[in-house]
Amino acid sequence: MDNVIEGIALCVERGKISKQSPFPPDMKDQDGADEIAADAIKQGVKPDDLLDGCILGMNRIGEKFSQNKVFVPELLMAAKAMTAVMNHLQPFLESGEVKHKGKFVIGTVSGDLHDIGKNLASMTIKGHGFDVIDLGVDVPVDKFMQTIADNPGCFVGLSALLTTTMGNMEKSVKAIKEKYPDTKVLIGGAPVNQNFCDKIGADFYAADPQGATEYLKQNV
Amino acid sequence: MKSILPVINEGKVLLSDGAWGTFLHRKGLQAGECPELWNVENQDAVLEIAQSYIDSGSDLIETNSFGGNPLKLAHYGLKDRAAELNEAAAAISRKAAGPDHWVLGSIGPTGQILMMGDVSEDEMLKGFRIQAAALEKGSADAICIETMTALDEATLAVKAAKESTQIEVICTLTFDLTQTGEFRTMMGHSSEEVVIALKEVGADIIGTNCGNGFSNMIGIVKEIRTVDAEIPIMVQANAGAPIIVDSETVFPETPEQMAALVPELVAAGANIIGGCCGTTPDHIRAIRNVLG
Repeated sequence: MDNVIEGIALCVERGKISKQSPFPPDMKDQDGADEIAADAIKQGVKPDDLLDGCILGMNRIGEKFSQNKVFVPELLMAAKAMTAVMNHLQPFLESGEVKHKGKFVIGTVSGDLHDIGKNLASMTIKGHGFDVIDLGVDVPVDKFMQTIADNPGCFVGLSALLTTTMGNMEKSVKAIKEKYPDTKVLIGGAPVNQNFCDKIGADFYAADPQGATEYLKQNV
Repeated sequence: MKSILPVINEGKVLLSDGAWGTFLHRKGLQAGECPELWNVENQDAVLEIAQSYIDSGSDLIETNSFGGNPLKLAHYGLKDRAAELNEAAAAISRKAAGPDHWVLGSIGPTGQILMMGDVSEDEMLKGFRIQAAALEKGSADAICIETMTALDEATLAVKAAKESTQIEVICTLTFDLTQTGEFRTMMGHSSEEVVIALKEVGADIIGTNCGNGFSNMIGIVKEIRTVDAEIPIMVQANAGAPIIVDSETVFPETPEQMAALVPELVAAGANIIGGCCGTTPDHIRAIRNVLG
């Protein structure tokens, strides 16, 4: 089944969604993530192998992104290809045949309407087999608190892009940590850095989606 | 309507204004509030910002309309008021600028990604047209499309502004320094790609804004100048990368630090210089002193 894992990994890494999708041009008319995943399931390939293919592909593109070898569009296309695989895995995730690696709640803090970074993190982490609850943009702290209450043991990711909302991020992290000291809180976004993370008492600063994924895997 | 290009062609370096967003928050705008709504509900505060930049020596000032795109206003349920809020933004800045200074109608990104299918090209074009036309109606002298990172969106915005107004169009993108030492936008565009694409759709002035301080801006201007020796360049820099002090966002570059880099920025080929997030009237005054 290694060829299925590799086939999925390649489609995810290159952002090849389906046979008819034009991107990337050098894979035109080849089967994409969608077809390979559908065929594999028909042939009785273990669903976990499809997830492994996703993880492998997302790891490869994530590393390239961290090294500035590719940029946001390539990562978005990879996430789209990964989503095509995940759609085939959904019934197995629902039946429990494939287990989620953990639960991750994510949103941009209140006052922040930018969500590109959050979406990238959300999709990448989903592609690594986590159950991702995406609360969207401009999320008030109460909503984070309620979601944590409803999902014990979840990780929480806060994203910020507008510099003016960094104060809100601090307030959100403090409120979460006060009530749920054991909940691991990750922060990310262009204006955020390690110093800021240390200062506001968050558990981890993720410089990019790959960094967030590594941290989650080590801490589940 | 007052043209900017002839003055730049005479060799004059112009001074634009400093931050609006961070300034509005200092004046009491709460997180989650729509900044553009202040153009009708808190006009005095907006006028004070515009006036403070005129008073500190700006030749050109922007408008409080960065997030005035219908696609962004929709988040506040204000989509249908886009024309009204943008026109009001330009009118306020005009009041401060009078007939002798330029008003640049600010247009920011929609926050949506074309290639992801978040929004159609037509819908995006339509939103930019509404915004640009309203800013011109409110008496903006030029449209300033800024903080763009996706070239498809930036070029659509320039096209829309060109089609729906008679005024000059500026477009600035935000670049990051990559590990390989070159500048790229978040979406991966090089300065060369940006210059070529923006010129093709008819941008009159191009450049860069936001970012991590003045020193990077010198590098970006140099990159643009190697691609094109002629096109007027506008630079609006953040006062450095923000840090948090006592729960407040602080931008570390002082007016003196920024002003000290101005001669090098001019030498690199910048034609309009100003500030972005975190810059204040003090920063603008300090730059004015250097430009004379």
